[in-house]
Amino acid sequence: MSALQSQSQPLVKVRDLNVAFVSKEATLHAVNGVDFDLAPKETLCILGESGSGKSVTLRSLMRLHPPRRTRITGTIQVDGTDIVAASERELSSIRGRLVSMIFQEPMTALDPVFTIGKQITETIRRHEGVSHQEAQRRALDLLELVQIPSARQRLDAYPHELSGGLRQRAMIAVALSVRPKLLLADEPTTALDATVQIQVLLLLKRIQAELGMGVIFVTHDLGVAGEIADRIAVMYAGRFIEEAPAEALLEAPEHPYVEGLLGATVTPASRGRRLTAIPGSPPNLRTLPVGCAFAPRCTSAEPNCRAAVPDLRALAPDRTVRCIHPAGLRPSMPPAMAFAAEERAP
Amino acid sequence: MTLIAAKDTPATDTRAPEKAERPQGYWHGVAKRVLRDKATMFCLLVLLLMFLAIVFAPLIAPYDPYVGSIARRLKPVGTPGYLLGTDELGRDMLTRLLYGGRLSWFIGIMPVAIAFVIGSSLGIIAGFAGGWLNMLIMRATDVFYAFPSVLLAVAVSGALGPGIFNAILALTLVFIPPLIRISESTTAGVRALDYVEAARATGAGPFTIIRVHVLPNVMGPIFVYATGLISVAMILGAGLSFLGLGTRPPEAEWGLMLNTLRTSLYNKPLLAMLPGICIFVTSICFNMVSDGLRGAMEVKN
Amino acid sequence: MIFYIVRRVLYSIPIALSVGLVCFLLVYISPGDPISAIAPPDAPAEMITQLRRDYGLDKPLPEQFAIWLGRVVQGDLGRSLSTGRPVWGEVSVALKNTVSLAVAACTLAFAIGTLLGGLAAAFRDTWVDRIAMTFAVAGVSVPHYWLGMLLVAVFAVTFPLAPSMGAGPGGTFVWDWAHLPFLILPMVTLSAIPLGLVARTVRGTVIEILHQEFITTLRGKGLRSGGILLHVAKNAAPSVLAVMGLQLGYLMGGSILVETVFSWPGTGFLLNSAIFQRDIPLLQGTILVLALLFVALNLVVDLGQALLDPRIKR
Repeated sequence: MSALQSQSQPLVKVRDLNVAFVSKEATLHAVNGVDFDLAPKETLCILGESGSGKSVTLRSLMRLHPPRRTRITGTIQVDGTDIVAASERELSSIRGRLVSMIFQEPMTALDPVFTIGKQITETIRRHEGVSHQEAQRRALDLLELVQIPSARQRLDAYPHELSGGLRQRAMIAVALSVRPKLLLADEPTTALDATVQIQVLLLLKRIQAELGMGVIFVTHDLGVAGEIADRIAVMYAGRFIEEAPAEALLEAPEHPYVEGLLGATVTPASRGRRLTAIPGSPPNLRTLPVGCAFAPRCTSAEPNCRAAVPDLRALAPDRTVRCIHPAGLRPSMPPAMAFAAEERAP
Repeated sequence: MTLIAAKDTPATDTRAPEKAERPQGYWHGVAKRVLRDKATMFCLLVLLLMFLAIVFAPLIAPYDPYVGSIARRLKPVGTPGYLLGTDELGRDMLTRLLYGGRLSWFIGIMPVAIAFVIGSSLGIIAGFAGGWLNMLIMRATDVFYAFPSVLLAVAVSGALGPGIFNAILALTLVFIPPLIRISESTTAGVRALDYVEAARATGAGPFTIIRVHVLPNVMGPIFVYATGLISVAMILGAGLSFLGLGTRPPEAEWGLMLNTLRTSLYNKPLLAMLPGICIFVTSICFNMVSDGLRGAMEVKN
Repeated sequence: MIFYIVRRVLYSIPIALSVGLVCFLLVYISPGDPISAIAPPDAPAEMITQLRRDYGLDKPLPEQFAIWLGRVVQGDLGRSLSTGRPVWGEVSVALKNTVSLAVAACTLAFAIGTLLGGLAAAFRDTWVDRIAMTFAVAGVSVPHYWLGMLLVAVFAVTFPLAPSMGAGPGGTFVWDWAHLPFLILPMVTLSAIPLGLVARTVRGTVIEILHQEFITTLRGKGLRSGGILLHVAKNAAPSVLAVMGLQLGYLMGGSILVETVFSWPGTGFLLNSAIFQRDIPLLQGTILVLALLFVALNLVVDLGQALLDPRIKR
């Protein structure tokens, strides 16, 4: 974790975070020992495919999981407050005020039978106890902040009366109601059309600069991550496997999985080249392998990879990777062929 | 149930095999879940015992259900020789309850069975055909929905006059509309599924599609819904007899027995309650079994 | 919205007409010559011919229906055979008693059913849920006329706490202290079925709502349980109220059994005597009024739902 030293007073400090969902039949280890810091006003992107644990990690920051079935261990501090130890009562005053969240699908994340205005004002009044008129006035300001046209009428609109893009803007307005210090975004642009997507991203960037929030942004889209992130962390099977400044990671990924992800993405540079897919599918979180979870799909895997989970290695002060042979340290000839025979389907 | 809150935490790995072996695996799974459900199994057992008791009533019943003596009328529950006492005409209660079950079950099950055949056929046709045929059938159904069910049953059997067949006719009429509605909506749902569209695209005829794709998928839910209706039919059927519209004396039937024992309510309350307890137990068991089956058939896990 | 209301109102006209047709035909499915349903049994032959002409029974069926409909629209439901009084008068008196009973039972069922269903959903899969749902299943499965007898046996005979016959002084129910005790037992009896149904509906609806993502959003905004409850209630209201409205209609049309048990002077009681005196005009008139009331209630429920739920197309 020495590699993670950043600014003096981080906004978010997460150490050895483990999240498991317990049921009668099975225990599902969604997050397995995650550490990271987030500086104030910084944007961290957590990148990963479905089931990598990125959303679970995000929701842990305000403990939004179903309480009865969830086991959380480790340390989570947001602005000095211990989230893991907080009581339900303390949590409810942290949520929405210190930390707030926007979701992937505004159609289902907004209450369909309450107006947009009401959903904003109730948050303001919950945390600041201001008068109805005052809350109404501030709700209008917020809608203007997120650039919703004819904001005054839209206060009385129901979610289904808005277009997808406007709905997501309204969702952002709800999240910003009381100017949180930390904004969590759970794939907020995935459900949108490509053109609307970029508008919302630019809006988020502008608002972050304006309000000076820390942002943790979860996505599976490398392009989106590159657009918005200062730093990118890649998750696989509930672990951070690579973390680096955005450009550095996108230019020269170290972990074979991240290399694979980049190989499977269309970029201007990939013109004329064949896209390569990562073979196999993500591991079952009920029965994780002993060693590196990516080993069964990795073309450079070797017996050591399967023996134990590789440690995080610091390749530079701001760069870590959880791999025995990251790209930078690999011999020029890829050993992929040598181990191909050993590979088995998971 | 839902193991996880986050949308994208995986359950993907369980899905693939389930779909591949659906026809056998699905019903196998349903049976397994029902067998594990203690409340449902208990109710099934109770229903089975009751069914056997009323089928073999002539063998079990200690007396003749129609012969009594005024001399020993209204003996209390627990009288030696008359375990459950005697009714207002001195007939053995146990015997009459056993024989009464035959008619009560008949009145409870027959209308639902007939309505099941008619209602599900019309509903499946309406749901599958769509268009004007759907319009015709569903609008006609709406008319019957404009009557509260008890009122419809009373109106029809009241106009037709008392008698068990009139009562069954009236009840059948009551249960056809809801069965049409449920069949129509289930069928329309199945018809819209991708694989049915695919079958149509490959040129399968409507009858083949109904037989191969629609029926196996809709009969289960419709059947479960119908088992729930049996409970209502039992209560309503006995209710008609209670009003004097169904079976007539000296026939033994739980609703009718409840009616004739009503005058004894003040001096022999327990005795007068007995037929009602039988109706209640049967009805609650059918309801629980229906609920249990529905629960077992919902593949959300 | 206006468009929806107009369309929905217009749609109930054919339904009401069809209901009229079914009631009209009731006379024809009853065994024997329809004239015997109108004329006293000992009427002389010329009187019967006269009546046949008066009632238009010598005309073809569609024409008869038109004539009948014309009279019904003017509020003329014919005369009762047993009392000789106009059917409408008899029905309107009885209807007041039935509506009072049904509204009281419905209110009780709504209050307790919502409480049970809400508790069951909030404490899902615990013993609270199990007890509440056992209660609900018992409610929908109980033969309510038997429950009525049971209540009479317990609360009128063994512990005489409430009267078990009639609607109180004057033979008709009024909302005052002298009559209220008479309402208790029939009300409790009649509320059993809707209580069970409401409890199950509320539980199912609330559980479904609690699974929706916006609940997570609300928690994420820091709302406390009370604030979230408000959202759940407003989301559940349309479907719960729809069930309630329908149940009110079912109770009005279906109170015949309970009214018989408690000798409650309502429409059910009226139907019962109409059936046994073969008083077909009275039977027909009562059923027509009840069914039309039910159609009207369905209309109100649908419109109310549209007002409550902004998602319904306006």
